[in-house]
Amino acid sequence: MSRAPARDEDAALVTGAARFLDDLDPLPGTLVAAVVRSPHPHARIRSVDLEAARAHPGVAAVIGPDEVRAAVRPFPLSTSTPMPYLPSAVDVARYVGEPVAVVVASDRYVAEDACELVEVDYEPLDVVVDTRAALTDEAVLLHPEAGTNIATDRTFSFGDVDGAFERADHVVRGEYTFPRYSSVPMECYGVVAHWGVETVEVWANFHGPFTMVPVAAGALGVPVSRFRLHVPADIGGSFGIKSGIYPYVVLMALASRHAGRPVRWTEDRVEHLLASSSGAGRVMAFEAAVSSGGAVEALRVDLVDDVGAYLRPPEPSTLYRCFGNITGAYDVPAVGIRARAVVTNRAPTGLNRGFGGQQLYFGLERLMDAVAARTGLDVAEVRRRNLVRSFPHRTPTGGLYDSGDYPGALDLLLAKGGYDELRSRQVQARAEGAYYGVGLALVVDPSGTNIGYVGLATPAPERKPGRDKSGSTEIVRASVDLQGVVTVLLGSVPQGQGHATVARRVAAARLGLPVEQVRAVVDMDTASTPWTVTSGSYSSRFAPLVTSAVVAAVDRLAETVWAGASVLLGVPPEGLELADGSVRDPASGASCLFRHAAGVVHWDPGSLPAGAPARLATEGEFVPPEAVAATAEDRINSSLCYGFVAEMVGVRIDPDTLVVTLDRVATVHDAGTILDPVLLEGQVLGALVHGLGGAAYEEFRYSPAGQPTSATFLDYLCPTSAETAFDLVSDHVSSPSPLTPLGAKGCGEGSSMSLPVAYANAVADALAPAGVAIDSLPLHGSVIHELLCERTSGL
Amino acid sequence: MKAAPFAYCRPDSVDEAVDVLAGGDAKVLAGGQSLVPVLAMRLGRPGTLVDITRLPGLDSLVIEDGQLHVGAAVRQRTIERSAHVASVPLVARALPFVGHRELRSRGTVCGSLAHADPAAELPAVAACLGASVLVRGPRGDRVVDAREFVTGAMTTAVGPDELVTGVRFPVARDGEGFGFAEIARRHGDFALAGVAVRVRGDEATLAAFGVSDRPVVRELTLDDPTESALRPTTDALAADIVDTDGDAHGSRGYRARLLGVLAARELARAHREAHR
Ligand SMILES: Cc1cc2nc3c(=O)[nH]c(=O)nc-3n(C[C@H](O)[C@H](O)[C@H](O)COP(=O)(O)OP(=O)(O)OC[C@H]3O[C@@H](n4cnc5c(N)ncnc54)[C@H](O)[C@@H]3O)c2cc1C
Repeated sequence: MSRAPARDEDAALVTGAARFLDDLDPLPGTLVAAVVRSPHPHARIRSVDLEAARAHPGVAAVIGPDEVRAAVRPFPLSTSTPMPYLPSAVDVARYVGEPVAVVVASDRYVAEDACELVEVDYEPLDVVVDTRAALTDEAVLLHPEAGTNIATDRTFSFGDVDGAFERADHVVRGEYTFPRYSSVPMECYGVVAHWGVETVEVWANFHGPFTMVPVAAGALGVPVSRFRLHVPADIGGSFGIKSGIYPYVVLMALASRHAGRPVRWTEDRVEHLLASSSGAGRVMAFEAAVSSGGAVEALRVDLVDDVGAYLRPPEPSTLYRCFGNITGAYDVPAVGIRARAVVTNRAPTGLNRGFGGQQLYFGLERLMDAVAARTGLDVAEVRRRNLVRSFPHRTPTGGLYDSGDYPGALDLLLAKGGYDELRSRQVQARAEGAYYGVGLALVVDPSGTNIGYVGLATPAPERKPGRDKSGSTEIVRASVDLQGVVTVLLGSVPQGQGHATVARRVAAARLGLPVEQVRAVVDMDTASTPWTVTSGSYSSRFAPLVTSAVVAAVDRLAETVWAGASVLLGVPPEGLELADGSVRDPASGASCLFRHAAGVVHWDPGSLPAGAPARLATEGEFVPPEAVAATAEDRINSSLCYGFVAEMVGVRIDPDTLVVTLDRVATVHDAGTILDPVLLEGQVLGALVHGLGGAAYEEFRYSPAGQPTSATFLDYLCPTSAETAFDLVSDHVSSPSPLTPLGAKGCGEGSSMSLPVAYANAVADALAPAGVAIDSLPLHGSVIHELLCERTSGL
Repeated sequence: MKAAPFAYCRPDSVDEAVDVLAGGDAKVLAGGQSLVPVLAMRLGRPGTLVDITRLPGLDSLVIEDGQLHVGAAVRQRTIERSAHVASVPLVARALPFVGHRELRSRGTVCGSLAHADPAAELPAVAACLGASVLVRGPRGDRVVDAREFVTGAMTTAVGPDELVTGVRFPVARDGEGFGFAEIARRHGDFALAGVAVRVRGDEATLAAFGVSDRPVVRELTLDDPTESALRPTTDALAADIVDTDGDAHGSRGYRARLLGVLAARELARAHREAHR
């Protein structure tokens, strides 16, 4: 059996030839660092003694609070609340795993030996671990200068919310809790940093957004022009988690400055699970004003995110990333929102595939089930009645849904996924005394973030004119070599998605070339690769934004190639066509090879028509339309494109063991124009399994005293291939976006947002006869057992 | 996650290994599947590791005197794939639950016994069958009944200067039936609760694991060997046996529930098998 790999990247990956950060050895004489971390969730650092560690054989440098205080400025934050954030603890440690000192040595073993010699005198302080507790006045303050643990608290109202609730036939309310979990990339963080004579030069498996580059440079007190970052072409996954690496970039740069040598730090798994990043935990209340016919006339949404010990950028964006689509798939004219983020003695949070979506939809889609229960409507029917039906659709919060066919996708889901069949399985199971449930989730899947939403954390009157933020520009470089091969240079910092494969095919199709005549090169060197503050691999931006910039770049090359061909064909360049590796004059049928036309430009530009473009190395950019700053009324179109996911889960629960088995997962995606069906399927599967992790397995737990209790893979359980052998039905509808040249939308996150709540809805449906309320995750046998026990003892 | 400094020694004979252990501050290294993570996390820091995997004589896997003899260097995967494993059906049924195949190709049967994780399968199987653990130390050889081998969570009757040289599992006899089951969060995880069962006539021996600090063995007489009839008995038994605070993966109550269910199912199954 032989089959070409689905992606250009695969051969290197499956033969071990890919080169990840830890495989690179860019500078001679690089030393190795290890980090001393706080064992306390909250403690004053009375003193730190580094002398024994410094004297240990093989140790080159040890830095601690004094060195950090002297050289590093707190990172700029998204709000003005005084909660200064440095890359390591200087006076107070605020979570278990917070860096306190860095040892640089000849190798990691020696570095870890010396870490044990660092003496830190801690004075333990009271802790606040629970999100609700952090809101209260009694809670200990993490940042006393702020006078509160509430890092941001904003309220918004759009439309006649109060009126709708007064008029409502039903008011349906639910309170929900969403756990912290990660995406658990296979490769942990890695940094090689060198404090050089002229420049701070860093290699890191950071994947943007590049807003963090000025943040890191600023903390080190160097201009961005003297801070050079290289990102390897191969990154072993991230799904958002690695954008939290930048404090370590700063810390290792400082360590290198003290060691006088380049420094490598490779995060190990315990460090990663303890202190890298995770999705924010959330407690939330959702309330719907509902008509007797089941129409949701207004929503009230109260969100409280636990962002951990610091409001590490891009937090509090978990609150705002989905602002424009906070009403989800539904045509709800009015919405009131309160958005808060609190600090707790837990590790800082950040991007995690689905960013903000899984939290939002957990509340919204649990609520829709409650609306169904209250109105006596079927869960599919109540959703159908509320769906957005015409596009473009402006949401009350400012989102502009570009295209879609939500009812069509729902119908396809119910038909292909076998909704009726699963319902009859349920009837049969219940007759046999077993538990069976069906859960739905319909979610709007935003892609191509408009960073304008970052402004929402600041009240409109305080947003300074001329300091607004908006957009999401991408830039791609393209060139033609002397043999007519086109190179597309991507600064898109992929983490395994297959950007090169898709970019190559997009460029080849656009230029009428066989794919063999195009190569895509992935490289990020901030000193030479074009980038913008929004560059990076996040918010599913490759399909809508990067491929659009590829189109713009190769379209510019085409103009030059036409000019070259006009010399060979003796006709004006206008109207020439590119196909089959040739340039053709449709009028005469005459043609020449693409490479010969390019050759004219390379070797004999003097022959080109006057004024014709002669550049075979060019750049194309895509500046998304409709991505403008937040309005004075706080409306924001928080993303460029809005895809759609309709998902259904059938679960069987063994009445004796309470083990939950996924009987079926059905999912229908609308990602606009499908650029590559195999890669899209990979994204769908990956997101589903990620969602399953949050739904049933993964959780970063802390003891009431603030100690993490899931800091190894013995306790932090990710789904493995054995857990993913469920019956899967996957299909697509395609509503091309009018806003991108190819009509493509992002597709990397959808089911990460929908599967957790679809699963919860299914488990809730299964257990409905037992009268058990489901309002949190993860859900597995032990949790269900305890819920059933509570239910019984409460009666 | 790098081990603290240690000395590594690979002796040429069991006696030499015992000598090194007698020197103190030394630990046996078998497959390393539990020990190496402990070292890497610096949860343990023995001065010397004594690698026993290539010691002559410890690789024997033979049936003699109605017993399957498994030497201390025999990997779990080796016995899993050997023709002999069919002679001890409980070992055959339990092995696929011991971690993952990759781990089993390095982990040893005796290492699993010596490590004595409260949720490990093999110590429970050994206890259920009344296996014999062979131990050698400075005072010579001794045999420890598997039911007395584990003395607490991760602690055994083996002294720091002693070495497990092998284990002998009684080969199944005619008229015996067996049952084995466990429930874990994921495939390959340590069990939240599990049972190993042997039935002869109406007499049953049950070993529960994952529910206490060591395998718990109980003898029962099966009057009505159907699952539903057994449930009240096994539920009561489970409530009595379960002796753990539980954790986020399995609360105490949930583990008791699982044990009651699994015990009834496996007792019924083993009884059917014994009376086939
Ligand atoms: C991801 C993962 C999942 C796992 N899942 C399971 C599971 O589901 N069930 C399960 O039972 N186990 C599981 N294990 C543990 C695994 O089975 C180990 O292989 C086994 O516990 C130890 O065997 P070993 O040969 O590797 O021993 P080692 O790791 O080499 O040693 C373990 C301990 O036993 C001592 N020791 C070993 N051999 C002897 C001897 N002959 N005499 C005296 N002392 C000795 C060592 O000194 C050490 O203290 C898992 C391990 C991992 C990493």
